[in-house]
Amino acid sequence: MTAGILMQLAQTLLAILLAPLLMGWTNQCRAWFQGRSAPPLTQPYRMIRKLFHKDAVIAHDASPLFRFAPYMVFACMALAAGIVPIVANDLPFSPAADAIALVGVFATARVFLALAAMDIGTSFGTLGARREMLVSFLAEPALLMVFFTTSFIAQSTQLPVIVETLAHKQFAIYPSLAFAAVAFWMVSTAENARIPVDNPTTHLELTMIHEAMILEYSARHLALIEWAVALKLFTYSALGIALFIPWGIAPAGNYGALPLAMLALVGKMAAGGLLLAFLEAISAKLRLFRVPEYLSTAFLLAVLGTLTHFLLEV
Amino acid sequence: MEIYWLLGIPFAGGIFLALWGSRGFAPEINALFSLLTFLAAVWLTVRVVSGGPILTANEWFFIDPFNVFLVALTAFVAFTTALFSRPYMRIEQEHGRLNTARLRLYHSSYQIFISAMLLALTTNNMGILWVSMEAATLATVLLVSLYRTPAALEAAWKYFILCGVGIAQALFGTILLYFAAEKVLGSGGVALLWTHLNEVKDQLEPRVLQLAFVFMLVGYGTKVGLAPLHNWLPDAHAEGPTPISAVLSGLLLNVALYAVMRSKVLVDGALGTDMAGNLMMGFGLLSVVMAAFLIKRQTDVKRMFAYSSIEHMGLVTFAFGMGGALANFAGLLHMTMHSLTKSAIFFAVGHATQSAGTQLMSGIRGLIKTCPTIGWGLMLGTVAILGVPPFGVFASEFLIITTAMHEHPWATPFLLTALGVAFASIFGKVQPMVFGETELARLPHQPALTPVFVHLGLVLMLGLFIPPYLAAWYRQAAQLLGG
Amino acid sequence: MTLPIHLQIVNLLAALLLLISFAMLSQRRIIGLVTLFAWQGLALAVSTALVGWATGQHHLYYSAGITLILKVIVMPWIFYALVKKLDVDRDVEPMINIPTTMLIGIALVIFAFNLALPISQLAGTVTRSTLGIAMACVLLAFLMMITRSKAIPQVIGFLAMENGLFFAATSATYGMPLVVELGVALDVLVGVFVLGIFFFQIRETFDSLDLKHMEKLRER
Repeated sequence: MTAGILMQLAQTLLAILLAPLLMGWTNQCRAWFQGRSAPPLTQPYRMIRKLFHKDAVIAHDASPLFRFAPYMVFACMALAAGIVPIVANDLPFSPAADAIALVGVFATARVFLALAAMDIGTSFGTLGARREMLVSFLAEPALLMVFFTTSFIAQSTQLPVIVETLAHKQFAIYPSLAFAAVAFWMVSTAENARIPVDNPTTHLELTMIHEAMILEYSARHLALIEWAVALKLFTYSALGIALFIPWGIAPAGNYGALPLAMLALVGKMAAGGLLLAFLEAISAKLRLFRVPEYLSTAFLLAVLGTLTHFLLEV
Repeated sequence: MEIYWLLGIPFAGGIFLALWGSRGFAPEINALFSLLTFLAAVWLTVRVVSGGPILTANEWFFIDPFNVFLVALTAFVAFTTALFSRPYMRIEQEHGRLNTARLRLYHSSYQIFISAMLLALTTNNMGILWVSMEAATLATVLLVSLYRTPAALEAAWKYFILCGVGIAQALFGTILLYFAAEKVLGSGGVALLWTHLNEVKDQLEPRVLQLAFVFMLVGYGTKVGLAPLHNWLPDAHAEGPTPISAVLSGLLLNVALYAVMRSKVLVDGALGTDMAGNLMMGFGLLSVVMAAFLIKRQTDVKRMFAYSSIEHMGLVTFAFGMGGALANFAGLLHMTMHSLTKSAIFFAVGHATQSAGTQLMSGIRGLIKTCPTIGWGLMLGTVAILGVPPFGVFASEFLIITTAMHEHPWATPFLLTALGVAFASIFGKVQPMVFGETELARLPHQPALTPVFVHLGLVLMLGLFIPPYLAAWYRQAAQLLGG
Repeated sequence: MTLPIHLQIVNLLAALLLLISFAMLSQRRIIGLVTLFAWQGLALAVSTALVGWATGQHHLYYSAGITLILKVIVMPWIFYALVKKLDVDRDVEPMINIPTTMLIGIALVIFAFNLALPISQLAGTVTRSTLGIAMACVLLAFLMMITRSKAIPQVIGFLAMENGLFFAATSATYGMPLVVELGVALDVLVGVFVLGIFFFQIRETFDSLDLKHMEKLRER
């Protein structure tokens, strides 16, 4: 039990530490695909360090909520990272928070960020917050449907049980997972503010969503938010891995499998980052009014996944 | 043996005319091939009538009194239509509506179309039945668009897409049928042979067959022109060349209904209920009523008679839906009468529109003065199709309605109202076309009106007196349909 | 889930077919539609061949071969050529907006699954559960035909419908007898040629492949 708790803590810590690396890797890959000279892999770490050393500037009108939000967002992301099986399946706290609670944790972070963005009263912050809420309003049901599909297969909403069913029982192809995977990918791009829903690198007022919300932040607050963003991407990647390609995650109690699990994690993350960067490089950002269409497609695919499960796999 | 002649002659004709169809003698060749086909059909008919059903060529073909009657009818009307199309298409060419390349297409497709229909009628395989129905559609798509006018293209597109979608439903029905049959007969070719299916029909899974029949009825029903799937029919009839309207109306609709009937026999056996019959009655009645009220609003003479075809096919479907010896007999009789009369009408209408230069009824006036034979042909044909005694249509309609009164009294008012409305509107519109005032010139070619009067003569004869061997034949066929 | 692995792959391909059907519904460009159609044909051919291999029904290899040649190579090629020649590849808004179309699509899928459920329980074939998917593909293709006003998407919808039917035949019954399948394939091929001719006729007459021009003939 103590070993389990230690395992869970270590895993969370691992996620927090590795998250900027994944971000750096994705940015590097994207630079390659776009034919630019790539920033070093450790660029996100450097940026976070730099931001922590600066003095924070805060608007006069800001309420305590504004200062509090970055900590809250970061805490939520760290919590989320703790729930997802990343290298090992041994998570004693997992009965306390299942996949549905995970969606709730993400939502809490989003609500705080949106409130903080509106707190200042600048037009950009409000605009970003509104758009963010629109996107999440459409993305969350789709994410829930994806979880439902996998939960139906595993007969449980707990992520370790799902991973256990998919990775360590008799191998089977689940067609419904194909639908769920596509839907999950689409939702992830929306939730992580990536192309085609949002572009993480622009500050173009007509199109930005996420960047508009954090315009007023600086120094340590900004550092926390950037870190939380990286952590969110990492958590989503880990989630995708856990649900759709879980092979390699160490089963509960088997510590000998950990090095291999670590290796598998690095490999899958690297491949995932590469794929994300590639898809971002070849696709264009959608007009904002096409985003609902994109996300409703994701939702429908997830629904189809559930339906297919009942038709083909029961 | 004769079956090969029957199918081979029109097919060979199609190929021959595809190669030499643009020559001046093509219309005569077309008629010649049709005559030979008709002779082969007569030969086959004689064989079947004297010797009973034939199952031949490795069980590939099955001819019983039911389909041999349709084979004879098809070959006969195809022959007379070929005779009619000879001067008709020449006149069209002189009017500059067609060139020789299109005539070649026309003649070749005509023969292929006849061949496909005969294959559909004679095959024993429900799958091949589907294939040949689709082939018949494809052969006529380019014929409907022959004039290349915007309206003709639109009609052909509608025809292709609606019938294509419809027939895809029928394919699904066929797949379901095979699926059910495979359980009983084992997989392989046997499970789609109608004769085998017919033997084991009471063992077929009712639930699957029920669904299969719904799909087949919708699918083939689209081609029969049953409401509400009839949209393609008036357009295709109105915009295509008149000989094609005649064969579409007089033959293709029958063949499609034949396909429905073949499946109905199986479904009735499997289900032991009236489900199939009730569905057919519903569709049939709806078609009759809907068509009758739409006839009233038509301004184009070919469209009007196309709607009349929907009405009559609805009536036949209704009759077959009621089932029983008498209703089936009446249905078969009405099918014959309608084919003969309606093709005769289209022949007359074709020449009438040529002489008037328009298909609008308001533009056709006083046929009796410009061309008395056309005028009389149209008038008599109209009177016949409206069910005026002593023509044969009267006899068959009378039989259908009295049977309906007896077995399904609720349907009678609908039928009578629809027939009354159709009567009033068609007669009211044709009368001025024939007897009105005009100053139009006569036609340059001698129109081929022999087919019109031959058909009408037959209809008249059958109305007054059905020869005993013909009646016996009908009765046999009616019995095959589950009388 | 105790099916052998190749049949699981068939199931996966079935799901893929459905996925492609949905992708077609949401596709705006004609070229994209043609590509999707080719992929659908490929999934169909592979699954047919797999079913044939798994069950020892060797005639399915022929059907798979026909599918591969006709629907993955010949027809997409014809369509590419047509689209290029007629110069019609542009973004086209369907008559009903895409999310609504997709919602209707989901409803159709549920309907199809329910319709197929009792039948697939009767089926003795190992691939029976895919019957519902086949039916859903047919209905989705039908939906696509209804919501598109251009000639080529309508025809692709028609062919996709035929794909669905073909898949139904394979999954429920291990394919129809070979003669019938050959006949169906021939009909489809002739149909596509006839349509090719037809497209040129339409184009010549209307100077466009938009069927909105074809609204003169109404029930009057």
